[in-house]
Amino acid sequence: MHKTAEIIKVGIADMNIVMVPDLIRTTGLGSCVGVVLYDQVREIAGMAHIMLPDSSLSRAEPLNKAKFANTAIKELLNALVKTGARPAGIKAKIAGGAQMFQFAGSNDMMRIGTRNVEAVLQELKELRIPVIAQDVGGNSGRTIEFNPKTGLMQIKTVNKGNSEI
Amino acid sequence: MTFLKSISDIHLDILKEVGNIGAGHAATALSTLLNKKIDMKVPSVRVVSFDEVMDLAGGPDNVVASVFLRIEGDAPGSMFFILPLPQAEKYIGQLTKNQSFSFAEEQDNELALSALQELGNILSGSYLSSLSDFTKLSLYPSVPALSIDMVGAVISFGLLELSQVSDYAIVIDTALDEEEAQLPDSVNGHFFLLPDPDSFHIIFSALGVRIDA
Repeated sequence: MHKTAEIIKVGIADMNIVMVPDLIRTTGLGSCVGVVLYDQVREIAGMAHIMLPDSSLSRAEPLNKAKFANTAIKELLNALVKTGARPAGIKAKIAGGAQMFQFAGSNDMMRIGTRNVEAVLQELKELRIPVIAQDVGGNSGRTIEFNPKTGLMQIKTVNKGNSEI
Repeated sequence: MTFLKSISDIHLDILKEVGNIGAGHAATALSTLLNKKIDMKVPSVRVVSFDEVMDLAGGPDNVVASVFLRIEGDAPGSMFFILPLPQAEKYIGQLTKNQSFSFAEEQDNELALSALQELGNILSGSYLSSLSDFTKLSLYPSVPALSIDMVGAVISFGLLELSQVSDYAIVIDTALDEEEAQLPDSVNGHFFLLPDPDSFHIIFSALGVRIDA
């Protein structure tokens, strides 16, 4: 009665939750930040693919909470706890926030990767979730996959190969 | 998706014509530059989710060569010229007389990357200037930036402005095709034009069509 492991996908501005033996993956993070919250004892993990730092930037109704650092992480935390994670056992790993293009322009959107990372770290700090590992910045796209069993995040980049945090 | 509610089929047809004129000029420029016959597909205009935008260019983890520029002036937006790697290698080979060029072996070849960037510059410049003539709007391209990376990482940057008002994008997509190309996959060069949300009514009113709010 072995269940085959599936890979749960998380799209852009999207979030999802996964339990052992399944894995969770998001593809092609550029300036976006992939945030994983996990409880390794209960073997549950959630992932969000965050595009923008703050929901005050939104002029859309209804608000897509998964899109913004300040709303996505709270939402993910609530969903994890509802699924059975222990609030005190939840930890975080993050990756992404690259600057894919070099422009001389002064447009604030040009450094959105850095702003996303800052907003994610700030939100995690406020929610008292420890950040166990991070792979952020640079100028390469990343694909990340998290295994709730091992608590490890695999990171693939085009130019620099694979790593694990 | 409030701003999309007021967009009708007529508006989409107008955007298709915008893509037709712009990419038509770019295809002519490419043809002149390479001295090859270049076919242009009829442009498509689609209202798609962000994930579907990635799928139009082969999926979020497909590695492509992309030239990105910001359009500034009366109707700001983002523009991408995207090439599958084999086709980009071929064009670089033709432009630099180095037929054996490959990204795998020479990823830091500055001449090659510069040639590709200039190709993107010329093509997107001719796309934009024809659009500017057609609409009588002032449209200025930024200096283009080149990236060889995953589609998702590259295009999400062009979706940032739209993402503040919507989870959907209107993509004006035109595929270019080299007539005698024998490439294994059928994904060709693509132009993606992604006007910023506030630019749609500016483009429409420049062409004499109103959006009824």
